Amino acid sequence: MAGLSFDLIALQLFAGLALGAIYVLFAIGLSLIFGMLTVVNFAHGAFYMVGAYVGLYLISIGGNFWICLVAVPIAVGLFGIAVERVLIRPLYGRGIDYPLLLTFGLSYVMVECVRIAFGKTGYPFDTPEVLQGAVDIGVGYFPLYRLFVIGATAVVLLALWLFLEKTSFGLIIRAGARDPQIVRVLGVDVSKVWLIVFGIGTAIAGFAGLLAAPLQGVIPEMGGTILAEAFVVTVVGGMGSIGGAVLAGLLVGVVVSMTSLFAPEMAKVSIFALMAVVLIVRPQGFFGRAGLMS
Amino acid sequence: MLQVSKLNAWYGASHALQDISLEVNKGEIVCLIGRNGAGKTTTLKSIMGLMGRTRGSVTFKGEELLRQPAHVRFALGLAYVPEERRIVQGLTVRENLRLGLVASKEKKREAELIDEIAKIFPRLAERMDQEAVTMSGGEQQMLAIARAMIAKPDLIMLDEPSEGIMPVLVDEMFELFRSMKAQGTTVLLVEQNVELALGIADRAYVLDQGAVVHQASARALLADDEIKERYCSV
Repeated sequence: MAGLSFDLIALQLFAGLALGAIYVLFAIGLSLIFGMLTVVNFAHGAFYMVGAYVGLYLISIGGNFWICLVAVPIAVGLFGIAVERVLIRPLYGRGIDYPLLLTFGLSYVMVECVRIAFGKTGYPFDTPEVLQGAVDIGVGYFPLYRLFVIGATAVVLLALWLFLEKTSFGLIIRAGARDPQIVRVLGVDVSKVWLIVFGIGTAIAGFAGLLAAPLQGVIPEMGGTILAEAFVVTVVGGMGSIGGAVLAGLLVGVVVSMTSLFAPEMAKVSIFALMAVVLIVRPQGFFGRAGLMS
Repeated sequence: MLQVSKLNAWYGASHALQDISLEVNKGEIVCLIGRNGAGKTTTLKSIMGLMGRTRGSVTFKGEELLRQPAHVRFALGLAYVPEERRIVQGLTVRENLRLGLVASKEKKREAELIDEIAKIFPRLAERMDQEAVTMSGGEQQMLAIARAMIAKPDLIMLDEPSEGIMPVLVDEMFELFRSMKAQGTTVLLVEQNVELALGIADRAYVLDQGAVVHQASARALLADDEIKERYCSV
């Protein structure tokens, strides 16, 4: 145990936060969409993967990473809007399992399309030059790009918070997630709100996929793994709760990171163990409301 | 102003409203009375566009509403305060009031209109930044009414506003309805407290088992013990 100094643990904690940041971005979109539309979006991982591939494509035609940071969420969000309008909207009012099955199938279609267009093998994704290397964060050297991931996530969360808390549209979303009927009675065309929320949620998923690309490369199946882990995050945080998704996302990232330091073979299992413990102690998750799925 | 004719509505297979016809003229307070389950709430919901299956006709200011979604009906000047108050959890009093304006043409005058409504509802003015669901039932009801009124609708429908509220607040509320009427707002009121409702209403319709069984001026009904006994006693 001589190697396990305080500094090493602190560095691993930071690595966990960077990993958790990706989970957070993924899960807030999932949570936002579920909270508002009661759609469990099984294609969320596919949107995440598409985000990485759109970035890959833009860079291959001469774009750079900074352009991707803006263009990828816009492109993926517009795609999400089209999916909601054309495929999901006809299923409202039919129960929670219809859109769930549809998005489940859609994710396979999306993965297959990407395989046809880009091939089955993955691609490396270069870390932008200015973000290469490591910086001294006091307890040791930490990869600059991971620090950037944490920072970018913080910016997205702040922007989302300001949007939800300070704008009229945000007020509609907060109210509509609790009580769609009263929002309709007060003159809001709820179907438009749902469309935009689905667009925002998928845009953030695409953004997360882009951020994750330099960390793990790009393959058509990259969305599948994170989807399973992000469901753990939303269950632990509470279905439909954005604050819960943030807290649980960071927690899951840190738990995975710490178990891979102390017991690497248990890293993948640890998050499901965490979920089991949380579900026993608090079935609705940290900030969830009981009975949402019924 | 509001004309309902031969309105039918269904909950699944159950035929909840059968050929309801009624009208509300500009500046009137019209009251729907009848036992629980008589179809009063369903009538209001159908007028607002919240029932799945409806047939017949509902016109408001000359426009046919029945195929329009709820938000279009709001835009035409129709407001609805549902029975359960529906104060949104997690929102402050001010945010609930803002919610009443988000879809309104008056949205630009938000601050001004909130000040205006706060003068009418002094209880809310004191609690503007408090989370709304922490208030008493009566205060929440006041908020629900204020939220519906803030965008200045032409007709406001109120479902059981006095239910579960302290008598002193009920008096205050009905005083408010009187002043709303004096300022030209038209009201369609569903109320369990028949004497109180008839006290401020111009006319009333009596509903039973999803149909209109009697209509009269409020004054005539107030004196008609037989009708009240037959259709309204609990």
